[in-house]
Order: sequence, then structure tokens, then C-alpha cells
Amino acid sequence: MDWGFIGTQSISALIGPMAVFYILGAQGLNLHYGYTGLLNFGQAGFMATGAYGVAICCASEAAGGYGLPLWVGFLVAVVATVLLALLLGVPTLRLRGDYLAIVTIAASEILRIVLRSEALEDFSGGNSGMAGFARSFYDANPFTNGRRYELGPFSYLGKDLWVMTVGWGLIAIAAVLTFLLMRSPWGRVLRSIRENEDAVRSLGKNVFSYKMQSLVLGAVMGAAGGVVLALYQNLASPDDYGTKTTFIAYTALILGGAARVGGPIVGGMIFYGFFAFMQVTASQAAKADVLPRSIMDSVQAGIVPFLFLGVVLMLLVVFRPQGIFGDRREIELDG
Amino acid sequence: MAEPAPSPASTGAAALRDIAREVGVAKPDPILVADGVVRRFGGVTAVNVGHVEFQRGAITALIGPNGAGKTTFFNLLSCFDQPQQGTWSFNGRVLNGVAPYKVARSGMVRTFQLTKALTKLTVIENMRLGGQNQRGERFWGALSGSWRSQEREITERADALLQRFKLDHMRNEFAASLSGGQRKLLEMARALMTDPELLMLDEPMAGVNPALKQSLLEHVKTLRDEGRSVIFVEHDMDMVYDISDWVVVMAEGRVIAEGTPAEIGANVAVIDAYLGTHHGAELSGDLAAHTADESSSERRAEP
Repeated sequence: MDWGFIGTQSISALIGPMAVFYILGAQGLNLHYGYTGLLNFGQAGFMATGAYGVAICCASEAAGGYGLPLWVGFLVAVVATVLLALLLGVPTLRLRGDYLAIVTIAASEILRIVLRSEALEDFSGGNSGMAGFARSFYDANPFTNGRRYELGPFSYLGKDLWVMTVGWGLIAIAAVLTFLLMRSPWGRVLRSIRENEDAVRSLGKNVFSYKMQSLVLGAVMGAAGGVVLALYQNLASPDDYGTKTTFIAYTALILGGAARVGGPIVGGMIFYGFFAFMQVTASQAAKADVLPRSIMDSVQAGIVPFLFLGVVLMLLVVFRPQGIFGDRREIELDG
Repeated sequence: MAEPAPSPASTGAAALRDIAREVGVAKPDPILVADGVVRRFGGVTAVNVGHVEFQRGAITALIGPNGAGKTTFFNLLSCFDQPQQGTWSFNGRVLNGVAPYKVARSGMVRTFQLTKALTKLTVIENMRLGGQNQRGERFWGALSGSWRSQEREITERADALLQRFKLDHMRNEFAASLSGGQRKLLEMARALMTDPELLMLDEPMAGVNPALKQSLLEHVKTLRDEGRSVIFVEHDMDMVYDISDWVVVMAEGRVIAEGTPAEIGANVAVIDAYLGTHHGAELSGDLAAHTADESSSERRAEP
């Protein structure tokens, strides 16, 4: 067991590209669930739209894409996400909370299955996904792509550092936007809708329109996360956007504290740091035969972090529903 | 206003003096008119109102026994529910199929039987939500920050109302920490933030303690004096007798009587349908209630 390696890997994961991916997804959910009370279980679908928007536009024609410049890809990713949110929102935002959850989780799964289908292989790359579209992104990298940068306990390749710079820039934009909106009267309407829709309606506010605005904005934040992941991997792979992605984002949100701007950020960092720690430790343990093979082999080690995910989510909801930043009293206020 | 001389409010109420006492009678200056409104839930006809008009500038009570369809009728009038048949109009504007928020914007604002205080918002935030045409409630307006001056204005108005409703000491508390009665007050105050022309109160007295009740009655009367119209559903007969100018009685979904409170109290059909044996009991509110109950049930038992 190489504890030094485990430590570096976990600490670097705290703010690494994968943490950025989940933080952006969770900040979108924060807007949906934390502030507006919309139980969106289909965030992965919006994240996939962002990733595939860039991938399909920017992959070379040989790779099945359109070979468009990167900025067009970003634009298409955002526009496609807005359209998907509108399309989903029109029929579902009139539904009560739990129905919305069912419809959104189904929609995101439909999207994933369609994207990975053989019939659409020429369009979206089938189950292996779309690859090879991030070249111009890495060409613009001010760091040296292949060089390893060591900053104290952190250690990143130059290409990852570039993804992180862009990613954390997006996180900052999302956080500032959320902060500004939530202290304004617009945010007050959203929080009121979370408490009681009918009361808000009776005061002359168009509840449907506010829910739609919240859904669209949170979806775009999620899509930004998808774009970051796609660029990081230089691949848009359908199975990165399964339901577990949504639930990891929820775990990060609840861990940090819903309805707090900093909640998803700190929650995402801590969650992914631990997740990476579990992953690396389990695989190291399996490799070093710390545990007998009959108990855990290296394949099974890959599943350990997900067991951990489930346990953490349960413990959180039972013992600390307000997360790190939340106000316990606020959670307990009721009726 | 300088003089309490003939305000439009008192004339609205006074105009009711000379009209006929019959169901569906035309009012001199109706603000809200319902015509042939029918609402069925499966096989149950909850509301079946032929024609009813509500006078502008007056306080109208809507009473009836449990299950008479009062709240359902309220929901229909405020467009929170849609009927199978019928039309209804506010200020001459037909409201069929209009979204509830648009009804509220047009000046007809309601409260709910089960209070809908926004519990995780503070009292003052609840109040601010009532402000209309807020720049900061639009997405780009919220980002530009141009809403601050309007927010100050709204806060001033909210503070004045909170003072009037004696909630100013709770200003910065979460609404969840208010008592049931205080929530009723908050809901009414919040509705007033919209500056409504017609206020519809669904059981404003339910759960309010007697000391608060008196001040609530005064508030409602003040609303009429400000020129607003009020329609309320209520079981508390003291309130009905005390403040209403006109009473509409519903039973089994229909309007069965209309008139001034005193006349309604003497109306045999109404007593049979609704007030029944509790009529005297509610008014005197003393020990006689129980004996009256018993003796009357005995009378009923006789052929």
C-alpha cells in the first residue's frame, strides 16, 4: 500500500476535473431542488446534452462530427440544453413534486439510451461515445499539456490544470449568478414556490414561469459540467450520464447543504475527495492483497466507492439533513 | 382622505338597503357576478349556483353548513379550480379559464382556509412577496440590481401593515414560529400588500384567539372604509353579525338565501338548513348552549 500515492491522489481529486463536473451539476440541482423545490432526478440528462452538444459539433467529420469550432460547440450545448429543459418543463412543471422526479429520471434515461443506440451510431457514436473533439481546447492551453505540475500536496498534468482553470471559472460564474439571484426578489419568489405554490399564485406571481426559469438555468449549469467532463476526457460517453451521476450530484449537494451557494462547492469537493480516496485505497488494497481474494478482488474494489456513496447518503439524511452549511433549525421548521 | 363624509365604501353598503331579499337579486353595483356555476366531483355536485352578485364596497359573508360548497365556490371564483359549467366575472371581465395569478393581478386576491404562510421565509419576506410589479422579480431586473429603491418602498409599506396587524415584533422571525392566529393575520396582511380591490377571506377567524378576533374585525371594517370590497367565508356567527353588510347562505351547493345579517338570522329556511340548533348557542356563547342542544334534539325526536 502506497500511502503517499493515496494521499496525493485524494487531495488532488478535491479540486480536480471530476470534482468540477459534480460541483456544476450540484449547483444546478441546488437551484432546482434547494431553492425552488423541484425534485429533478434527471440532471444527468442535461449534463449529457452539454457534453454531446460539444462532442457532436466539434468532432472531426472523420470521427462522425461536424468539425465546427469550439465556440460553436459551446453555443449549441447551451441552446440544446435550454430546448431540452423547455421541452421537459412544459408538460412536467405542472405536476406535483414526486411526479416530476419520475418524469425527469425517465427522460434522462431515455436520452442516454437513445444516444448510445446502435441506430444513431453515425450521429452520437453509439455505446462507445464521441471522441476526439478537444484538440483546439488543448491547443489553447497556457500550461504545457504533458508536464506534471506539483503544488504542495497537489499534483496535476498541465492538461488537467487547464480543464480545472476553465471549470473553476464556470463554478465561480455559477456561484456569483446564484448568489445575486437568490438575494433578489426573483430568488424570494423561487424560495416561496418551494414553500407553497398556491400562496405564491394567490399573490399574482406566474409560478409556472418561475419554475421554468429555474429549470432552464439549473440545467445550463449542469450542461456546463457536462462540457467540462467531455473536454477533460476528450470523450462524450453515454454511460457517464447514468442515474448515478444525478445521485452523486445530489449527495454532494446535501453534504454541503442545500439552498446555500457554497453548499454544492464544498460538498462536491469533500465528496469527490473521499470518493477518490476510497477508489484508490480499495484498488491499492486489492493490488497489495491486503484482503484475501475471496473477500475482495480488484474488480470488486471498483464497486466499493459506490457502496460508500449509498451509506453516506443515508447517514446524511438521517443525522445531518442540513449538510455542512445548512441551518438545522431551518430544516426542522415545518407546518 | 380628509373627511369621513360619504365614502364610496359606505354608499356601497347602504345601497343594499333597498333591494329585494331574494336569491340571485341584482345588486346596484356588483363587483363579482357568478352565473350558472356548476362544479361536480364525480357524481357529487359540490357547487350549483344559479346566479349571485356581490356588491362593490360592501362586506359580504358567505355562510353555510359544512360541506355546503363554500370553499369550493371560493376556489372557483378565484380560478384555483375550474367548474364544468357557468361563467363568472370580476369587474365585468369574464374569468373562465383565466390563470389564478392573473386573477390576483387584476385585483381579486384571496386567502386560504388552511393558512399558507411561507414558513421558511421571515415575516417581512412573506410581506415583501406581496408587492406587485416588482422589477427585481424579473430575471434580468434581479441581476441588474435596479430593484433596490423599489424594495425600500415595498419594505416601508410592509412595515406599516405589520404594525397595523401587530406583527411588527415578529418582523425578522421565520413565519414558522408564528401561532396559527398570527399566521392568519400575516396572510391577510400579505394579501393587502397586493393592494387588492376585492379581498376574499376563507375563514379568517378559524383558530384566532378572542383578543385577536376583535382587532381582526376592525381590520376588515377598515378595508371597507378604504373602499375595498370583502367577501368572506366564516363559521363564526359573531363575526358575520358584527361586520357583514350582506349575507349569502349556501347549502348543498346552492344559494338558498340572501339578505342582511339580521334577516338571515330570522330566516326559517336558513335556520333549518344551517344555523339549526346552534344558532342561539353561538350567539350567547354560554352554558345554555348544551341545554339548548339537548332540548332541541328532544323536540326533533317528537313526531
